[in-house]
Amino acid sequence: MSILVGRDSRVLVQGITGRDGSFHARGMKEYGTKVVAGVTPGKGGMDVDGIPVFDSVEEAVARTKANVSVIYVPATLAQDAIYEAVDAEIPLVVCITEGVPVRDMIEISAYLRGKSTRLIGPNCPGLITPGQCKVGIMPGFIHAPGRIGLVSRSGTLTYEVVWQLTRAKMGQSTCIGIGGDPIVGTRFVDALAQFEADEETDAIVLIGEIGGTDEEDAAALIEEHITKPVVAFIAGQTAPPGKRMGHAGAIVSGGAGTAAEKIARFERAGVPVAKIPSEIPGLVAIALAKSRKKAGLKVVMGGKGSEKKAVPKGAKKKAAPKRPAAKRAKPAARKSPAGKAASKKRAGARKGRK
Amino acid sequence: MNLHEYQGKDVFRAGGIPVPPGDVARTVEEAETIAARLGFPVVIKAQVLTGGRGKAGGVKVVKNGAEFTREAGRILGMDIRGHAVRKILVTPATEIEKEFYAGIVLDRKYETPLLMVSPAGGVDIEEVARQTPEKILRLHLDGRGLPAYRARAAARFLDSRPKVQKQLVDVLLKLARVYYDCDASLAEINPLIVTPREEVWALDAKVVIDDNALDRHADLADMRDLGAEDPGEVEAREKGLSYVRLDGTIGCVVNGAGLAMATMDLIQFHGGKPANFLDIGGSSNPDKVTAAMNILTRDQRVRAVLFNIFGGITRCDDVARGLLTALDRIGTKMPMVIRLTGTNEKEARELLSARGMVALSDMDEAVRTVIARAAEAA
Repeated sequence: MSILVGRDSRVLVQGITGRDGSFHARGMKEYGTKVVAGVTPGKGGMDVDGIPVFDSVEEAVARTKANVSVIYVPATLAQDAIYEAVDAEIPLVVCITEGVPVRDMIEISAYLRGKSTRLIGPNCPGLITPGQCKVGIMPGFIHAPGRIGLVSRSGTLTYEVVWQLTRAKMGQSTCIGIGGDPIVGTRFVDALAQFEADEETDAIVLIGEIGGTDEEDAAALIEEHITKPVVAFIAGQTAPPGKRMGHAGAIVSGGAGTAAEKIARFERAGVPVAKIPSEIPGLVAIALAKSRKKAGLKVVMGGKGSEKKAVPKGAKKKAAPKRPAAKRAKPAARKSPAGKAASKKRAGARKGRK
Repeated sequence: MNLHEYQGKDVFRAGGIPVPPGDVARTVEEAETIAARLGFPVVIKAQVLTGGRGKAGGVKVVKNGAEFTREAGRILGMDIRGHAVRKILVTPATEIEKEFYAGIVLDRKYETPLLMVSPAGGVDIEEVARQTPEKILRLHLDGRGLPAYRARAAARFLDSRPKVQKQLVDVLLKLARVYYDCDASLAEINPLIVTPREEVWALDAKVVIDDNALDRHADLADMRDLGAEDPGEVEAREKGLSYVRLDGTIGCVVNGAGLAMATMDLIQFHGGKPANFLDIGGSSNPDKVTAAMNILTRDQRVRAVLFNIFGGITRCDDVARGLLTALDRIGTKMPMVIRLTGTNEKEARELLSARGMVALSDMDEAVRTVIARAAEAA
């Protein structure tokens, strides 16, 4: 089921009676997400578009078996909302709220250690498994189901890239916005590990930006442990040092955190870095083709503008004499069981060398 | 939010950290009164929100009244890296035996504050980190804050004399307290000095407050020095926009910080120079669009403006309406290129074309077009 959210996700909205909460609860529901409950202290018993509202997360979970919480409360209340969701043992908590003080996040980070809850955000657009479940504020229509995983520190830049992928017929397994703050619950490395383990993701697009060293950590992880192709883009190459570029985390300080350093680190890890967003789909196609070639698969181009499809070498040899060349691409559109076995074998071989 | 040195020292003083006396002046006369009270020699220090004051000649020790008047006047008229000096701090000159560094920053990787101390103070700490990393001791603060035993370890790293160590421990514990209580993202003393009489003083203060926490620190929020900031940035903040002025010719108005950065990069990639970073956020409010246009059209260097909007939750037609209202209000002749994609894109195009404006849908094409328009206008 892609990663983190899917058809089985039962979503609870904290702050559902607020302006943003009610608006996005409706948007998620319209997309097909199972929005099972809302929480606003003091407003238990109400309903928002047929979604029952409870006074506490604990009560909402007991009554509706919610397993994902999405938070739309004001910044000053965000820390408490996260604590409440963590204490109710919700496995996945997504905090959309922007402007949470860093000190509050330092405390949350310490509290989360050893807990089973995964936090995404704050200051993020949320995450979506196209066609199944949307948890957050992104426009659903730009996405398409598919096999590209995407992880990003941004909001609208993510939409831009998703839209370019979708138009290039590259659907997405899951798209995660991890948030633009200095301290966030889920980092690039966590998302990469999830995508690596996901059988429904073939390649990963990573959209980073200036500030911090999360991109460098991601590059180090990719070098050692990620077998799937990754394509990166880093925003903020023209940003001056010492100035915060909108996101609280997007600041180059003391010469560290520059786009140039991050790009160089990815290139050293063998990760192609797009110079501009519109290069991303092309780089993904090339990276996928290369990785399939390495796995002993031969690449056949699909129709114009479509994703390159892979066929196992053996299968193609047998099929070729029986069919006219024009139809050859068609059976390749499905990923054959032999192809899957081959990529598993390859993953195993890589690990074996370590 | 960056505090001036004198404001940082006020914060330190309130937190019990030993800071030499002194006061801030806006005119030479005010400064002379302060100097007369303190007695010579004194130090005059330019109060600007940028580094490198010393190298630029913005810090001066003076020994008598005539010299003081001359130097105070000179420094008050200075421009340090584009920052006009409007205030000076007058403080007694201190005899220095040793200069240390002590600072607390956020360690993003470990998600906790980090105390750094070094016996090589008085110089750029990044330089020390590069040249002689062994001269920096790093201690992470955790849920306990800074335990005294760790502060003692830091003090021993700095100085071997028990009398000095005792004072250093006190300073470090209080610095950690200040960092936490003020929601600081940086609290730095450089130099932290020892006098020949073995007294410890904080001779400088660099404090940065987390913007997201200013709501719970009205006293600190009041310290914001609007006169020392770029007027465009001040106006943008008041209107809820995020704006940073750069030195190019192509203005841009974008929704979302990441897309705004990528737009700047794309302008550079296609051979232009961005004039700014400007994120109007998820809003299509005509007031915000008007404010954005006002800021950009006031900037003499801007030759053309690019609107780059990816409609998601923000609807393109709302932005188009905001833009048209804004144009009616300010009536600029600035060449403009509009790129709209996403939610209600079609409606937005219709609104704009009714007014003779064309919106593009591809980001690269829009950037190339705005660069061409800027070149024509130059």
